[in-house]
Amino acid sequence: MSAYKIIDHEYDVVVLGAGGSGLRAAVGLSEAGLKTACVSKVFPTRSHTSAAQGGISAALGNMGEDDWRWHMYDTVKGADWLGDQDSIEYLCKEAPAAVLELEKYGVPFSRTDDGKIYQRPFGGMTKNYGNETVQRTCAAADRTGHAILHTLYGQALKHNTEFFIEYFALDLIMKDGACKGIIAWNLNDGTIHRFKSHTTIIATGGYGKVYYSATSAHTCTGDGNAMALRAGLPLQDMEFVQFHPTGIYGHGTLISEGVRGEGGYLVNSKGERFMERYAPKAKDLASRDVVSRSIAVEINEGRGIGKEQDHVHLHIDHLDPKVIDERLPGISEASKLFANVDVTKEPIPVVPTVHYNMGGIPTNYKAEVLTLNGSEKTVPGLMAIGEAACVSVHGANRLGSNSLIDLVVFGRAAAKRAAELVKPGMKHDEIDKNETDRCLDRFDKLRNSEGSNPTSELRLSMQKTMQSKCAVFRTEKTLKEGVDEIRKPYDGMDSLSVKDKSLIFNTDLVETLEFDNLIRQAITTMDSAYHRKESRGAHAREDFPKRDDENYMQHTLSWCNGSKTKINYRPVHRSTLTNDVQYFPPQERVY
Amino acid sequence: MVQLNLPANSKVEKGQYYKDKTGSKNIRKINIYRWDPSKNENPRLDTYEVDMDNCSSKVLDVLNKIKNEIDPSIAYRRSCAHGVCGSCAMNMNGKNGLACTKSHSELDGDIDIYPLPHLKVLKDLIGDLSTLYKQYESVEPWLKTSKVNDKENIQSKDDRAKLDGLYECIMCACCSTSCPSYWWNGEKYLGPAVLLQAYRWIIDSRDEDRKERLKKVADELKLYRCHTILNCTNACPKGLNPAKAIAEIKKMLATA
Repeated sequence: MSAYKIIDHEYDVVVLGAGGSGLRAAVGLSEAGLKTACVSKVFPTRSHTSAAQGGISAALGNMGEDDWRWHMYDTVKGADWLGDQDSIEYLCKEAPAAVLELEKYGVPFSRTDDGKIYQRPFGGMTKNYGNETVQRTCAAADRTGHAILHTLYGQALKHNTEFFIEYFALDLIMKDGACKGIIAWNLNDGTIHRFKSHTTIIATGGYGKVYYSATSAHTCTGDGNAMALRAGLPLQDMEFVQFHPTGIYGHGTLISEGVRGEGGYLVNSKGERFMERYAPKAKDLASRDVVSRSIAVEINEGRGIGKEQDHVHLHIDHLDPKVIDERLPGISEASKLFANVDVTKEPIPVVPTVHYNMGGIPTNYKAEVLTLNGSEKTVPGLMAIGEAACVSVHGANRLGSNSLIDLVVFGRAAAKRAAELVKPGMKHDEIDKNETDRCLDRFDKLRNSEGSNPTSELRLSMQKTMQSKCAVFRTEKTLKEGVDEIRKPYDGMDSLSVKDKSLIFNTDLVETLEFDNLIRQAITTMDSAYHRKESRGAHAREDFPKRDDENYMQHTLSWCNGSKTKINYRPVHRSTLTNDVQYFPPQERVY
Repeated sequence: MVQLNLPANSKVEKGQYYKDKTGSKNIRKINIYRWDPSKNENPRLDTYEVDMDNCSSKVLDVLNKIKNEIDPSIAYRRSCAHGVCGSCAMNMNGKNGLACTKSHSELDGDIDIYPLPHLKVLKDLIGDLSTLYKQYESVEPWLKTSKVNDKENIQSKDDRAKLDGLYECIMCACCSTSCPSYWWNGEKYLGPAVLLQAYRWIIDSRDEDRKERLKKVADELKLYRCHTILNCTNACPKGLNPAKAIAEIKKMLATA
């Protein structure tokens, strides 16, 4: 192995990732006086939080009566009873304060006539436990994620957070089952950095890029999830992949649910507003899994639009152009750029597109990482937040606008918990040399790959397999084929080709490391889906169309060693955090 | 008389030529600036023949196609692929823009792709933006308010509308790196991107530090190096108007 120059650092806490949750955690940690490093492979404002459009949910009640308990009920139902209700209670109860805090930080929220934060209707968000639509989603036009991300970066600057930007994290440093820090590669100068920390917070986002068509950024490769797998830790509920109902046909660009919140509706080739048939009450504002499945059925039954009858139309051309201009300007821009559509005159061609991972690193509501089947054992020194984490508040299906609130509520919770556990200036353990060697061996081996399979080919093969075998609808047959096929690109790494051997901004190697991360998550996703023989939320099995609470009201845990997985289960928490609210027992889920 | 010469090692040389191997009838030549810091060589311009029959519509799609199918070593930043993250800002046929929103059909002839102008190049199309980021930090981009209650600030619709055209900035640096004044005085002049951000906080009705903020930028170099060339507004891929924001700051100072 080549000798690598290693630079050592010591921090009380290391935050890995600088999107919404990572930045919110970093702000809290710096406020608590902890020496904090925030390590990110991209400049903070490039993070994928910037792509969130429609808004952030919180029962502020600015646009009519609301209650955090109603928000909790909607989230439990949206999650198809796979969410942990103690965590969901925490999320919804803390949400209003978290949004007001963002406003204080300077987020440029849209406003009501009396100058309060504007809130819009969103899918699955209702009044009085499922009765009528409520306006709960706080918005900054249709650029809410962008506005929040830039504001949080400003706050982190205000609190002098130390950033390590364009550092690619390689692995967790583990010792006796505890996390002691991370190792990262500085793309700017090619050096290797070893960060010792008492707590490491993984905030690396989702892994949408295992699919061919996704609204996700190129950088959404779930690096932290894969680091957890390599450290021998399990990922939870990986089979639950959200297809957003409205990605632009052919390109995958997100068209916010806020469009339907503001009155947009879907039609099929017959001009029918088909959602009325699938969700008589909520119609176009049913939850995302329901709308995506409905579109898929319309297409499968021959009522799709276009030459290939493979998409549907989203109309907002009936709305007042002034409303579009004020509340959905980004959508108009994206539709023009990627579908060549003037939304004030024509419908937008859309199709369900991979958007969000409900699954991830299992944690409790304090953001501490959990492991081991059947118990709630935490992994000392390790936390996870944001899309990388599975708290689980989103269960089998996340409601729109619940992800941004997840970022800030649990980013804040992680900082709070870390401040309880870590005192400034505590002494660091020695790091086992084997851990560094194990990490750099993998790095060096990938870097010096001289085989015949380019990373891009293996990645494409993985993406096509996930797209065809682990889609909106799944069957025993497709999943069985998928379980076999998804291992081929993994095996292809035996003869990998990496052309660039340099160390400064070697993006050939970055993409290879990202592929190595993605393929492990693709395998756990496919295997977890194969083993769940029921339909729940985003996991729709044609051969098992019903939810099976007796056998599957539990979280899937999957470990992955090489291409071998181990699947096990952990019961869903069937109690709330406090007596402020009653447990919501499972019901049939209709919208 | 002053002699103006480029340093010998900055001359861009003719690079490698990658001939099409697909047999496509619809070939376009893409010329890409290449420079590898680990080699002691001059920058070069590599040419790639690309099969446009099997390529999606944006310049980023062309780059991805080259990286995936022809030459994996080429380095550029990219992330969201729909114009919100600001990563893939570069110079295409002489004009700054985002590769992910620029259609190649809008560009004539061969496509020349260079890094954003006048930045220190780190590798290939990746420029060093650290100076701009430090300048951004210097305008203290956070809300300053003495209110400590747990209620939201009330802001009228009209006051909120003043932030439109400002808060949307994605800090891609297309504007600043198209500004001749920023080219010559980039260390001291804040440049259009950062001044637009400065104005975003100056004009926010919730902020209580307007006077101080104005005082901080009221400097011959930081602000008044803007000579209203308007390249910035012309370059902005989000349709924003940094020149107007700068003019508003100047106006506020003149009438204060």
